[in-house]
Parts: sequence; C-alpha cells; structure tokens
Amino acid sequence: MLVGAFKDDSGNFTTANISEILHEEQYVHAFRTSIEISLVTAVLGGLLGLLIAYAAFSPGMPGAVRPVLSTFSGVAANFAGVPLAFAFIATLGTLGVVTKFMRDHLGFNPYDHGFSLFTFWGVVVVYMYFQIPLMILVIAPAIDGLRIEWREAASNLGATSFQYWRRVGVPVLLPSILGATVLLFGNAFSAYATAYALTGGSVNLVPLIIGQQIGGDVLSNPHLGQALAFGMIVVISISMTLYAVLQRRASRWTK
Amino acid sequence: MTRRVPISGVVWLSIGVLYLLVPLLATLLFSLQSGANHSLSLGAYGDVVRDSQFWKTLRLSFVLSLETILVSLLLLVPTAYWVHLRLRRIKPLVEFLSILPFVVPAIILIIGLLQLYNGTIHAPLWFLEKPYTFLVTAYVVLAFPYVYRSLDAGFRAIDVQTLTEASLSLGASWRTTLVRVILPNIRAAALSAAFLTLAIVMGEFTIASLALFQTFPTYINYINQTRTYEAAALSLVSFGITWAAMLGLLLFSRAPGRRAAQVGGTR
Repeated sequence: MLVGAFKDDSGNFTTANISEILHEEQYVHAFRTSIEISLVTAVLGGLLGLLIAYAAFSPGMPGAVRPVLSTFSGVAANFAGVPLAFAFIATLGTLGVVTKFMRDHLGFNPYDHGFSLFTFWGVVVVYMYFQIPLMILVIAPAIDGLRIEWREAASNLGATSFQYWRRVGVPVLLPSILGATVLLFGNAFSAYATAYALTGGSVNLVPLIIGQQIGGDVLSNPHLGQALAFGMIVVISISMTLYAVLQRRASRWTK
Repeated sequence: MTRRVPISGVVWLSIGVLYLLVPLLATLLFSLQSGANHSLSLGAYGDVVRDSQFWKTLRLSFVLSLETILVSLLLLVPTAYWVHLRLRRIKPLVEFLSILPFVVPAIILIIGLLQLYNGTIHAPLWFLEKPYTFLVTAYVVLAFPYVYRSLDAGFRAIDVQTLTEASLSLGASWRTTLVRVILPNIRAAALSAAFLTLAIVMGEFTIASLALFQTFPTYINYINQTRTYEAAALSLVSFGITWAAMLGLLLFSRAPGRRAAQVGGTR
C-alpha cells in the first residue's frame, strides 16, 4: 500500500497522488475536519473521563463502584460502530427519545437551535461514548499510582489541597493524562464505522473518503485512496511516537 | 479515619453514568414503540427473530469469530512461548509488531489487503470470494495485538524456563510440554484473548462492508437504513453480545492477562 500511494494507473512512480491530496480543497478539508474532531473528542473525552475516573477511584467511594464502572467502561469502549450510531439516532436523532422529551416537556427542540446529530458536533457527541470509557480504563492505573501517603505527607507539611495538586498531583499525573489523550486522538482519528453509519458521508472525514475511493463506484481511484491512507498513517505515527515518549515518562511513577 | 464522599465526585460520577446509560435506555424505549401509534410492543424483536437473514449473518459472524480465535491461538501460542523461552532478544521487535495494527486501522488494513491480493500476488478466487478465508485473514491481523498482549501477560506470570526444563528432563516431548504443561498454565490468558477477539469480530464493520461481505454488523447497517424499530432492537442485541464477551473475559480469566483487556477494533 505504501508503494501504491506513489504509483499511477500504469504502475509508474509518481508523487501526483500525494500532491493531489495536498492541493485539492476537499482532501485538505477532510484532514482538517478529521484532526479537529479527534482533538475535540480527545480533549473533552479525556477531561470528562479523568474527572469521572478520579471521582470513582478516590478513597471514600463505596468499594462496589470501581469494578462496576471498570466493567461497564470495558463494554462501552468496545461498543462502537453501527449499533452505537443507531443508539444515538434513537436518542438524539430528529425523532429520538431524548429529543422528543426535550421538545414536549421542556419546550426546547435542539434541532431548532442549530444542533443536529449528523454534523460535526453530532459526531463529537457520539464519539464521546467510546472516548470517555477508554479514558477511564487507560487512566485508572495512573490514578491508583497516586499514593495516599503523598497526600498525607503534603498535608502534614502544611500544604493546602491546591498546593498538593499544584506541586504533586498534577505533575505526577500529567504524562499519563497527555499520553492517554494522544491515544484517544488516534482512536477517534481511525474510526470509520461509527461515522459512516451516522452521517453516511455528510461530514467530510478522511476514513470516509478512503472508503468511497475503494468502494468500487465509478469515481474511485485506488491509488488516491492509498495516498490518503498514507497521510493517515503519517498522522497516526506522529501521535503514536508522542504516546511512546509520554508513556516512558509516565511509567516512572507506576510500578 | 472515615472519609466523606465528596459532592463533586458524586456529581461527576452521575454525569458519567447518565452519559453511558441514557442512549441504551433510549434505544430500549425506541425498540418497544413498534405497535400502532407508538404503543408498547415487542413486535420489533419478533420481526428480528423471524428474519432468516438475522440468523444467517449472526451465525456467519459467530463462525468467523471462532475461526479467528482458533487461527490466532494456533499461530500465537507457540510464537509467544518460543519468544519467552528462547528468543528474548527479539522481544522488542515482536512487541513493536504487536502495536502495528493499532497504528494501521481497519480502513487502512483493507486497502493494503486489496492491493496485496489484487495487485501483487493475484490470490485465487476461492480465497477472495469466501468470508472464511478472506475475512478471517484480515481479522487475525486485526486481533493480533489484543491476542498477543493477553498471551504475553500470561507467559510473563509463569516461569516458562523452569517449567520447560522440568518437563523435558522428565522425558516429555516438546509437544507434550506445550500441550500438557504450558497450555494449562496460560489458559486464563488464552481465554481472555478469545473473548476479546469474539467482541472484535462480532462488531467488525469496516472490512466486511468494504470487501462486500454480509456479516452481522453489515446486516445491522442495512436494517438501519430500512426499518427503524428493528434497528433499535438489533443495536441492543449487538450491545448484549459485547456485554457477554466482556463479562466472559472477567469471569473466566483471572489475574494474568486481565489488564490487557482494553479496546476492540470495531469503531
């Protein structure tokens, strides 16, 4: 495939496919949208996942919360693709249960206020369903690594809660949080089935365009598809390298 | 010292639980509205169960899962064993290979496979036209990181060297050693690999749809576009399958390998 990205129809070497991607508005736009959606869902999902995980795994929560949340996160992180898209259509689609509830009982129809499940922000809402649980799963070991002794030591030495977080908690967690966010980015960036089933192509994402290029319709150009895939690999490789670096730093604290 | 449960913790946890549960409840309500005038009815489920396509695609996906599990374990159990026993030097290489499929998502994998089969090696038609050959090959690659990581964790938890030496010095053959000494010790890891693979293959849509095969997820997509209430019912069935696979993972595979349980390749 890497070879195919640099070939034309008769098999000669060319960089035309790559330069077509870089110059054609549609493809540049697709990469930008894909990266934006992945960034937004990684940051929002990462933040929410972190807060939820910290709330659930902090001392004081009943012991049953943890296994239930971990198991459910495992299921939700794996529940994606076509059924997930439909679950959200049934929830927040034009005739979805929650949409109807808001319209009939709260007097607020989100579709009258610019929201639609089949646009950028709709895809964000749906992707969050697997991003948040993934964050909970990935960040749990790091939160476990925050020893209660550090907190006690800090407060014995007279630190306030804010000082503890500023000087101890956040610096220890930061590499793990960033690493997990990068992982979430890659996770959203490579998603195909969910976006396909949800929007059918009305949101311009790189995986969807690749799907169209190899989908066997008249306009398809496999070499262009391969060049787009090459672009995807470049983006994912960069994020994975970043992930490996951050992971190494994070592992200093988790034994 | 007893600690209070912080209010903010309860708030965040409730938000999380709501976000995860509301779509499922909404789908359930939706699937029950198929009666006249949206009255409560189990009709959608009845229609699903009566559809022969439902059983056909469900069976196909299930058979594909079993085949993928079998091929993956047959390939990777001896590999992981050998890597842990003799080839510790190449461990970083295998570990790098095992994260590659994370880097190469399904949408890219299918391009590579199509190119390989059509352009480079001209695979025979019997191979390309049957899901049992074409799709399983792709799924083994897709499941590789999850299977290898599970097994790796299992092998890490036992003393491969000592077990092997003890077995060989008592006169067992290599085959006996692998089947009767090593396998029982990594059974939990192999099971968790199997359940993860089951979840992945039962939900895999990208490759199946682009290679034009009718599996369970592509059937759900077809119903999505044509029949609303049945689609809601099917989404819940699919959720139940994922749920069962993850529950199996937790119940049957204790300690080693459990941390390897992460995300499937279905999105």
